[in-house]
Amino acid sequence: MSKERYGRKLRGNILVYLVWVLSTLLTLLPIYWLFLVSIRSRVQLFGTPSLMIHGVYTDNYASFFGDATFRRYLLNSIIVSTSNAILVAILAVMATYALSRWRLQGEQNIFFWTITNRMAPPAAFLLPLFLLFTRVFKFGGWDLFDTRLGLILFYTVFNLPFAIWLLKGIIDSIPIELDEAAMADGADVKTVLLRIIVPLAAPGIAISAIFSWVFSWNEYLLAATLTSVNARTITTGLAEFVTVTGTNWGEMAAVSMVALLPALIFLALVQRYIVMGLTFGAVKE
Amino acid sequence: MWSARTGWALLAPTLIVLAVTGLAPFFYVLYVSFFNWNVFSAQAGLSFAGLENYRRLVFDQAFLSSLWITIKFTFWAVLSEIVLGFLLAQLLTRDFPGKAFFRTIHALPLMVAPIAVGATWRLMMIPGFGPVPYYLQQWFGIEYNIGRYSGQAFWTTVLMDVWHWTPLVTLTLLAGLISLPREPFESAQVDGANALQTFRYLTLPMITPVMLTTLFIRIMDALRIVDEVWMLTGGGPGAATRYTGIHLWREVFPKTDYGYGSAMSMLLLYFTIVLSWLLFVAITSRGSRVT
Repeated sequence: MSKERYGRKLRGNILVYLVWVLSTLLTLLPIYWLFLVSIRSRVQLFGTPSLMIHGVYTDNYASFFGDATFRRYLLNSIIVSTSNAILVAILAVMATYALSRWRLQGEQNIFFWTITNRMAPPAAFLLPLFLLFTRVFKFGGWDLFDTRLGLILFYTVFNLPFAIWLLKGIIDSIPIELDEAAMADGADVKTVLLRIIVPLAAPGIAISAIFSWVFSWNEYLLAATLTSVNARTITTGLAEFVTVTGTNWGEMAAVSMVALLPALIFLALVQRYIVMGLTFGAVKE
Repeated sequence: MWSARTGWALLAPTLIVLAVTGLAPFFYVLYVSFFNWNVFSAQAGLSFAGLENYRRLVFDQAFLSSLWITIKFTFWAVLSEIVLGFLLAQLLTRDFPGKAFFRTIHALPLMVAPIAVGATWRLMMIPGFGPVPYYLQQWFGIEYNIGRYSGQAFWTTVLMDVWHWTPLVTLTLLAGLISLPREPFESAQVDGANALQTFRYLTLPMITPVMLTTLFIRIMDALRIVDEVWMLTGGGPGAATRYTGIHLWREVFPKTDYGYGSAMSMLLLYFTIVLSWLLFVAITSRGSRVT
């Protein structure tokens, strides 16, 4: 390599690093500040906003975990997200297997319909869902409003389309000969699904379950409208901080940290599939 | 076993769940949108109103202006994200030590709950507490107050969206860029094409399908923004950042004007269906599936 070309390459690399270091700092700064606020006491939060760490104060977290209401919100979020992820995985495997192996009438339309569901503005669903929850799905004194079941069911509208899109490519690539060989040995659909399709598509199923989990955990608007006391989730709890308690910044930051923890944990796991996840498989890496 | 009946049986649970959760609300809201239904009005229950709700909607200044600022917001946010994301994606096409680390950190905002993004930005930007207004005042003497100046509040929401979603554009365009065939670029280099020409006549046309997909997805998502903005500004000051989703949400529930709210929901859904149809056509016909 000539000296001149080497110099140009080095300069190019320095530029690349400058841009990426800057971008990384800008990405992390708000989250770093959030963390700082969450470990400061009320007194420390007055005056100059310093970006240094001045000791660790854990009361904000302690008061979060000590509050029965917030513990319930946290538990609700975990239950709703987990149940939804399982429900979506089961429905998606069955549906995708059908879409993959059979030529069914109106297949394209079913695909289109599922995207429309995913793309619809949640705000437009709020009123109809609210009315359905409180006035239509009503059996005696019981209705879907303010139940975890309601949230679990309705988050599938947004999660199922993605899971189907992701699994379609994976199940398509499993050779149909495997199914047929099993069937020749007398296996039925259930056996083929459980013994062949699920094990082979397991990574894809896991990814779609994780995305469903994170989406359900992150969702706010429906949870805020369709629950009031019993089924409230952590995101609604976080929003209450702004409207109800006003300026308890330390605790608000602690709740935010808890709310974004799963994102930090799952990021490394699903990093490679994020693009696919957010474009419903339209763009693959 | 390969009878159509088995196929439909496997598909049935999904169709039933989606019918209950996606289709039933749609028809119900369509029905209600033709009625007057206000829980607090003197007259109880529903009374038929024909197209009255839709007529009111077309002349509703507050609704129209919320639609307009949503479009303005979407335009600036998505434009900035596409430009920034494309530049960053270009910088990721070559290998350099630490690339995986930068990429992972870059993807972080994509997984964060929108409501937590809003809370985080609020803590950064809120006057009298956040570091941004403080240091802008201290170092540059700039008065920055998103609770007071509409323009600043608007641009802050745009900036927040750019922070949140540029990574998606970067990663999709990167996926597109690295899947491009090498030969055209090599022959262009042999023929002595400069960087601008290569970009204009090779990169741009070849990246267009992925770019279109990204663009549509970003537009659809930006149009329905609620959570982050609600946390950051509450739609204010005044109605400066009261985007359509927030407007619908804050207008219908406190006033319990269900018939009118249904008409508003229908109109939003209509726009969405038209747009997602365009997206679907773009994805399926341009063959943007990059493998």
